[in-house]
Amino acid sequence: MHVRPLFDFVLRTGRRNWPGILLLCLVTHLSTRSFAQESPYIVTYDHYLEEPGNLEVEYFSTFGTQRGGNDFHAFWMEFEYGATAWWTTEFYLDGQTTFSDSTVFTGFRFENRLRLLPREHIVNPVLYIEYENTSAADKILKEVESHDVESDYLEPNGEARRDHDHELEMKLLLSSTFKGWNVALNPIFTKNLLPSEPWEFGYALGASRPLALKATPNHCNLCPENFIAGVEMYGGLGDAQSPGLHETSHYLAPVLAWNLPSDWTFRLSSGFGLNDNSHRLLLRWGVSREFAGFGEMVKHLFGGHL
Amino acid sequence: MRQPAISSRGRCVGWLERGCLTAIALCVAVSPLTAQKNENAMRKRQHNVYAALESAPSAARARKNPMEGHAREAEAGGKLFDQHCADCHGRKAGGTRRGPSLLVEPVEQASPGTLFWILTNGVVWHGMPVWSKLPEPERWQIVTFLESLRSNSKTTTSSGDIGSR
Repeated sequence: MHVRPLFDFVLRTGRRNWPGILLLCLVTHLSTRSFAQESPYIVTYDHYLEEPGNLEVEYFSTFGTQRGGNDFHAFWMEFEYGATAWWTTEFYLDGQTTFSDSTVFTGFRFENRLRLLPREHIVNPVLYIEYENTSAADKILKEVESHDVESDYLEPNGEARRDHDHELEMKLLLSSTFKGWNVALNPIFTKNLLPSEPWEFGYALGASRPLALKATPNHCNLCPENFIAGVEMYGGLGDAQSPGLHETSHYLAPVLAWNLPSDWTFRLSSGFGLNDNSHRLLLRWGVSREFAGFGEMVKHLFGGHL
Repeated sequence: MRQPAISSRGRCVGWLERGCLTAIALCVAVSPLTAQKNENAMRKRQHNVYAALESAPSAARARKNPMEGHAREAEAGGKLFDQHCADCHGRKAGGTRRGPSLLVEPVEQASPGTLFWILTNGVVWHGMPVWSKLPEPERWQIVTFLESLRSNSKTTTSSGDIGSR
């Protein structure tokens, strides 16, 4: 385990991400509270959308090891808004620090999730559509697809950031909840907007369960019902020209979410590479807060005329 | 007497002022209409949510609450209601601008199975999300809490303390 870089990254995170932390603190004081019941997944999506009118502000970090190069710390901010009970829209800002190299802003993403069926079924489909405008220096590894392998991330930031990708990504989020267990499967289809680039494929799947299925009457931080544990697996499946598992990377990650009654959610995930093409370790953590009635608050700012 | 010359910048500011005043006047004139429209939309949405109670399948309606009458489960359900439902339905379930009151006849007359079904499936096209992410026992705890509100309202109607916890 690379202890020194991990220590460095903790120090750098605090110093370089102060605008994000400041923004989070500011928004904290602008809206009412809402207890979130967030899933522990970081890569996989289940079929639950943001509650209508609520805003969730999230910060995530990924510490990744890199063979033959410098380890990195990638980070992103998410602003997730429940437009309706069947439509959630989300905006991401990505960045990364490569140790002994530099810190760079790597782009933005705009994502929409649309629930397709009005009621619960055994399997619940949600359509996911995302536009990405990111540079090749992006290392958040929010999804792994195509023939993405560890050696792709060796390029120094100065060169990688010159290469920009405009991608349209689609996922079909399939998810089911039974007896407290959630099982989710996300097939991924990505198209670089350059006509010469082929469709790329990937997958993410996950299973999770709260540590207790019944709530206790008292308010508590450490009650087992506040914790949700699970596991997720994700990787690439090649592209339209060469589909399959050759030259692809895959990860298995135990995940844990801690939903605090004080509106905050913490997530932790330790992803282990499953083959030689994968990073050995992707250690991820995230913190988020949900703000109920954000939409109403904005409406009031405009005199209720939105 | 000679009039002072008005600069082009001054004319611009004048137009800007007039434009702003016109926009404000329009907003003021239109606001009661918009407010009325919003109010009507909210009432329609609430009506649709109540109407959804009727669409519960008969098997779902007939389900019994396994926690019925358990004070401890009702208390836990109250905590869950406060955490997940109160933002829209109000802390005393009396409704807010975001969600309808649960202290009305259609809800009070609904069977526990119907309430459980609505919690599980939501009324997605009319603003209520699905709550199946809460485990089944937690959803029954919320139903138990809602049932306890009914019995409270029956015993306290005369004092006007409907729905208090």
